[in-house]
Amino acid sequence: MDLFGRIMGREASLSKNIAKERLRLVLVHDRSNISPQLLESLKEDIIKVISNYMDIDRKGTEITLNSDDQSVALVASIPIIKINRVYPQR
Amino acid sequence: MGEVIVITSGKGGVGKTTTSANIGTALASMGEKVVLIDTDIGLRNLDVVLGLENRIVYDLVDVTNGNCRLKQALIRDKRFDNLALLPAAQTKDKTAVNVDQMKILCDQLKEEFDYVIVDCPAGIEQGFKNAIAGADKAIVVTTPEVAAVRDADRIIGLLEAAELRNPKLIINRIRPLMVKKGDMMDINDMIDILAVELIGVVPEDEIIVVSTNRGEPAVLDAHSQAGQAYRNIAKRITGEDVPFINLEVDEGIFGKVKKMFGIKS
Ligand SMILES: Nc1ncnc2c1ncn2[C@@H]1O[C@H](COP(=O)(O)OP(=O)(O)OP(=O)(O)O)[C@@H](O)[C@H]1O
Ligand SMILES: [Mg+2]
Repeated sequence: MDLFGRIMGREASLSKNIAKERLRLVLVHDRSNISPQLLESLKEDIIKVISNYMDIDRKGTEITLNSDDQSVALVASIPIIKINRVYPQR
Repeated sequence: MGEVIVITSGKGGVGKTTTSANIGTALASMGEKVVLIDTDIGLRNLDVVLGLENRIVYDLVDVTNGNCRLKQALIRDKRFDNLALLPAAQTKDKTAVNVDQMKILCDQLKEEFDYVIVDCPAGIEQGFKNAIAGADKAIVVTTPEVAAVRDADRIIGLLEAAELRNPKLIINRIRPLMVKKGDMMDINDMIDILAVELIGVVPEDEIIVVSTNRGEPAVLDAHSQAGQAYRNIAKRITGEDVPFINLEVDEGIFGKVKKMFGIKS
């Protein structure tokens, strides 16, 4: 990274950095072409882990990729039925 | 047994045909037996860049349809008799050839030639599939622009899905002054993002336009920077370890100070 440029406060506004950032984001979108099967098996794994700690509604669980202008996020909506009082030993 | 190298990009107009003509000519000037295949059916270009447009009798589709023998369709280059061109058909479309025919053709050609260079059309449709069908290796051409690099990324994914692993990258039309001013992505930015190995950087060079006007590839011009870059790429293709040319412009005192402090820009 160009330290001198940053000190002068122009680093972020350089058009090459704007290009780089836009490219980074667009490629996250392009590459996040995750197959439904992969998402499904990810969901199963997440459910397995969380079930160690609480009772969850498997049917109501949803895992999706959300993207906006700024970022791409993995969003999980997991309805809780009951939280166990005693946590399992780790 | 020779090797088949496809020159591809995804995005149109980034320099695939220019690259094919120059690498082919450079390899031939080094004594290699080279054949260039123009697979851009309907938009024949490589013949013009090489200055061979007046010699065409038969084309790629004539060969795959069996209208002529392969030998009859190969056009000898004016300058190097170890360089040949198999031109694209101009009046057909990309569905006139299929993947199996291309595989057979490439296999036949690499029996006789050291290098079979395939100039791929833009896009990811039938023309692309044909062009990569018989390839052993791939070179991806991009320019320092968001859209071109994005398409290169997509193409690299498709090449890997087709078992063409580790494609090499050419960055074309780089303008050192703009890079220096921070108005063009630099080489390391693009290699980082695409995570592939670089095989060459070709500067923006007016001589490319002049040489295309004349039908004489820039590698034949000893003074052309782009020509030098393409000669280096050809050497790297043959396995020679050629250092990358320094395209940096004079750095001025500020750059020298940065160097003194060991700060890389
Ligand atoms: N390094 C360069 N310097 C200057 N001009 C260049 C350079 N590389 C390519 N060009 C010019 O850019 C234009 C497009 O190049 P070219 O035809 O090789 O691209 P292409 O990728 O084969 O295009 P298409 O996708 O249409 O087949 C041409 O006019 C060519 O002369
Ligand atoms: Mg072309």
